[in-house]
Amino acid sequence: MATHNKKRLNLKDKYRYLTRDLAWETTYQKKEDVFPLEHFEGIKITDWDKWEDPFRLTMDSYWKYQAEKEKKLYAIFDAFAQNNGHQNISDARYVNALKLFLTGVSPLEYQAFQGFSRVGRQFSGAGARVACQMQAIDELRHVQTQLHAMSHYNKHFNGLHDFSHMYDRVWFLSVPKSFMDDARTAGPFEFLTAISFSFEYVLTNLLFVPFMSGAAYNGDMATVTFGFSAQSDEARHMTLGLEVIKFMLEQHEDNVPIIQRWIDKWFWRGYRLLTLVGMMMDYMLPNKVMSWAEAWEVYYEQAGGALFKDLERYGIRPPKYVEQTTIGKEHITHQVWATFYQYSKATNFHTWIPGDEELNWLSEKYPNTFDKYYRPRFEFWREQQAKGERFYNDTLPHLCQVCQVPAIFTEPDDPTKLSHRSHVHEGERYHFCSDGCCDIFKNEPVKYIQAWLPVHQIYQGNCEGGDLETVVQKYFHINIGQDNLEYVGSPDHQRWLAWKKLETPSQPAGSNKEHDAA
Amino acid sequence: MTVNAIGEYTATPRDVQANFHGMQLLYVYWEKHLMYCSAFALLVAPSLTFGDFIDQMFMGVIQAHPDSAKIDFSQALWLLNDQPFTPDYAASLEANGIDHKSLLRLSTPGLNGVQGSCS
Ligand SMILES: [Fe+2]
Ligand SMILES: [Fe+2]
Ligand SMILES: [Zn+2]
Repeated sequence: MATHNKKRLNLKDKYRYLTRDLAWETTYQKKEDVFPLEHFEGIKITDWDKWEDPFRLTMDSYWKYQAEKEKKLYAIFDAFAQNNGHQNISDARYVNALKLFLTGVSPLEYQAFQGFSRVGRQFSGAGARVACQMQAIDELRHVQTQLHAMSHYNKHFNGLHDFSHMYDRVWFLSVPKSFMDDARTAGPFEFLTAISFSFEYVLTNLLFVPFMSGAAYNGDMATVTFGFSAQSDEARHMTLGLEVIKFMLEQHEDNVPIIQRWIDKWFWRGYRLLTLVGMMMDYMLPNKVMSWAEAWEVYYEQAGGALFKDLERYGIRPPKYVEQTTIGKEHITHQVWATFYQYSKATNFHTWIPGDEELNWLSEKYPNTFDKYYRPRFEFWREQQAKGERFYNDTLPHLCQVCQVPAIFTEPDDPTKLSHRSHVHEGERYHFCSDGCCDIFKNEPVKYIQAWLPVHQIYQGNCEGGDLETVVQKYFHINIGQDNLEYVGSPDHQRWLAWKKLETPSQPAGSNKEHDAA
Repeated sequence: MTVNAIGEYTATPRDVQANFHGMQLLYVYWEKHLMYCSAFALLVAPSLTFGDFIDQMFMGVIQAHPDSAKIDFSQALWLLNDQPFTPDYAASLEANGIDHKSLLRLSTPGLNGVQGSCS
């Protein structure tokens, strides 16, 4: 190991010394004791040397490269703040997408950092360890840059003031939280299948492309820039995801059924999680990029279709229940927005009824479903709002034990009927939103019987009070009347109108981009 | 396999009835009225009569829906945990066999939600 005296290493040597050569054979401890988590999941690795390093990047060049990106990024953040960039976005409603991102996505970056740091210790193959460690640092950088980008918005809009507290407590944020907690409490190979493969490789485009293009279409240069700055990292993460899966599949045929079950599970969990993104695309972006259904077709059906064709030779089939996503893509975003609209007393962002132009866009993008099932609902609510009876649901919703999304989704074969599944385990009844979630439970019931379901916790008296207002204000830290409720007439809305009058006196408030519902 | 773990692993369910201080959870789903996005999760006393549950609780919960005033409970069809069910309005929820975390489905024939859209 210490035989090199050359002043300058060529790339190949440098790469070897800084990755593979970091490993050693244990002598006074058994290898299983040094890497105690490598076997319990049942994954068999016969030869770690077959691992192909996906990054081909050494630490020194990694630091250099990231530092350069960072410099550019912060220069743009500064310029954005100095120019009051928040006043140049399409409409203040857009910021609600950022509120959702900050509380629901940025904490996942941090959890990914923790997850990769942990599993990066657990593989006896040095290549996998180094790859995980680098990704861990990427993820930490992502959460930091996102917070810095959004701290500017926090000065001018409500609902962005306490994201990490909210992530741990607010009812709908238990959806992303439970997703990551599930992954992080799994073994290291399942964690990589969940996050590196199913999420980063198969589904990440459905998270990042919509948010970053959404930012670009809506004039949010700060968010666009952190998106760009994360892009080269994401490319590496995707490569790692594919390498992980192929490596495990090639190592031993006994790995195939285990990995198939993980793919089934994490595809379904990811699909449920991404419903939040779909809602953001279809309802929260004043300037739309593409519909959720279109995004699902491009980024999952086409790209994922090709991927699973490629994995067929290992004996891997497409994820179970994938056909339900093809049906669901025409429904789920409307169902979720309707949910947030009615539970807006307990959200850190505002909701609203889409304006006529937006309703027409939805009719056009969802010709089979929107007019028939959803438009009447939104139009009814709009009438109620005009009468001064803006609809809020004052009860608590029925949650899925696994994904923790309220059981709002309809049966694949009947869009007029809620999909409910239940299962009795050791005398206790559990409820699910779908076959996918029910299967996940049945495979590992002991993991999910402990689920911290916000609705049940409120009813058990564990959230500072029995009434919704106390829970929202004191337990969630959502400021009532500022952060939550309807967008129209909210403090955010009023401030926006005031800015626009000051800045563009030639334009009457309420023209073009202004929201005209209610 | 109950959980894939590094060793022996057990856990207790978080939502057993004993944790609800004498109350129980009841989920109620009004079919074809998806304006209410999911079934309602309600906290109820097991001793509450079915009739009081409907009059004092459930009717308040669905008040905002234009169909709520049109329900004819003599025509209503019920499912309790997926089984056909005929409630005894004078008896308690418990005596009706409605236990903790039960799911009640109410179907009201002829009422199909806002503009017949099942909303
Ligand atoms: Fe990330
Ligand atoms: Fe990533
Ligand atoms: Zn679920």
